[in-house]
Amino acid sequence: MESNAGTLSHPLSEAGRAKAGANVRDVWKEKGGTLVAGLLLPAFAIAIWQTAGSLGWISARFLPDPYTILKTFRELAATGELGADLGISLQRAAIGFLFGGSLGLLLGLLNGFSKTLDGLLDPTLQMIRMVPHLAVSPLIILWLGFDETSKIVIIALGAFFPLYLNTYLGIRMVDRKLIEVSQVLAYPRRKVLTRLILPAALPNILLGLRLSLAVSWLGLVVAELIGSQSGIGFLINIGKQDGVPSYIFVGVILFAVVGKLVDSFVQALERRLLKWNDSYLG
Amino acid sequence: MAESILEISSVSRVFVKNKSTVTALDRVSLNVKRGEFITLIGPSGCGKSTLLKIIAGLDTQLEGKVLLEGEEIVKPGIDKGFIFQEPRLFPWLTVEKNIAGDLSLRRPEIRDRVAELIELVRLQGFEKAYPKELSGGMAQRVAIARALLRNPKVLLLDEPFGALDAFTRTHMQEVLLEIWERNRTTMIFVTHDIDEAIFLANRVVILKPRPGSIRGIVPVDLPFPRKKASSSFQELRIKILNEFEKVDDLELESGFVI
Repeated sequence: MESNAGTLSHPLSEAGRAKAGANVRDVWKEKGGTLVAGLLLPAFAIAIWQTAGSLGWISARFLPDPYTILKTFRELAATGELGADLGISLQRAAIGFLFGGSLGLLLGLLNGFSKTLDGLLDPTLQMIRMVPHLAVSPLIILWLGFDETSKIVIIALGAFFPLYLNTYLGIRMVDRKLIEVSQVLAYPRRKVLTRLILPAALPNILLGLRLSLAVSWLGLVVAELIGSQSGIGFLINIGKQDGVPSYIFVGVILFAVVGKLVDSFVQALERRLLKWNDSYLG
Repeated sequence: MAESILEISSVSRVFVKNKSTVTALDRVSLNVKRGEFITLIGPSGCGKSTLLKIIAGLDTQLEGKVLLEGEEIVKPGIDKGFIFQEPRLFPWLTVEKNIAGDLSLRRPEIRDRVAELIELVRLQGFEKAYPKELSGGMAQRVAIARALLRNPKVLLLDEPFGALDAFTRTHMQEVLLEIWERNRTTMIFVTHDIDEAIFLANRVVILKPRPGSIRGIVPVDLPFPRKKASSSFQELRIKILNEFEKVDDLELESGFVI
């Protein structure tokens, strides 16, 4: 908490500002330290893996060594194939997420505000939620075929619920005491929504956004593995069919790295938008 | 003192809970003069907060009449400022934005008023601070500035310093008196602290519970600033305590425990 309070931009005094500067440096030093500590184990594992591969202890047909994977990555990237596949995958995930996520946000807002609509829609939505959307993906493909639509529907279906549930929850959890304040200050109805309910629900909405993005990415993997002629999932399938495990590794690593990047981006957004939040930060 | 700004005539409030009824207020009448500082004091369950919510327009299920400048109070509004026991600031807004609320700081007249009020409640330098960075007393001062920005005809305060430590509380009482002396806003202040009630008020209204009604009204004619240790202050204190003891006797006779 101490170091945190110091980093907040607060114009108390020159001394306070100097102290804040020192704290920022401390935080960076600390962050660098934990980064190194966190990388120790993976670096060690990769070193052993590479050694074992180079010495021929493991068959490259099952587990290619890190250098081979890196080489495959460069080759695929050089032909432009990898970039194209990644682009297609990102596009699918983005479109699916946009459809499912915005519908989830919209219904979450509507059901959060309106008791009538909530009573009408929520029971059905909760029922559908209990069906694992990845399990019905073969059905979706059966209905819609192997083209883009089915993939986007699978992704959208997954992206819908985290945003729906968390938006709804965020609105319903707005402190009644603050609503009373808005009454006493005679906020117009519209401003109660935009100036009180939405900002108060924002932490939950952002959490929903993060979860929705994660599920979209998961849905993408499944949709592409079940059947596609392009994308990272397709690359993995090729690797499986042709017996080139390094393709599979490149695909898996790309899925992981992009997923992590997207998540970090939302996290950064959270930190920016929720700097007022007074919760336990560890 | 000028004419009355607030007329409370024979106000009753009955709560119905599981078929049983509780009379929170029983035919309470009170006239408050413009610019007057009234403190309402009484044990818990005497209906003092209920009365305040009725004046604020937050509770409209009443019998009787409450008139503010001759007009019946039907809903909450900015002419009736309200300070809750907790500051109830919006955690995502800075101090100045909390004070401005739904009004835009881009309007120069709002910005100037907010700056003025920040000075009045002695929070210069904290304009851009978030509520989590404020102490309890500072946060409550922001709440007071937020209410004052709307130029209320009457400021209603519901045990506003109840959660603060003794030193901060004394300081806040002084800040409030300073505001009152400068703005002459009519104040109705609920408390269960006898010293606080005498320190602030022109008149101390003593309420008794079950059913909530006015036990007595004690005018305080001491000059400001008042000294809590002075003998005249202590005399008033004893007078009010005596009123409470009468209440206690009554409670014991009817078999209730406070």
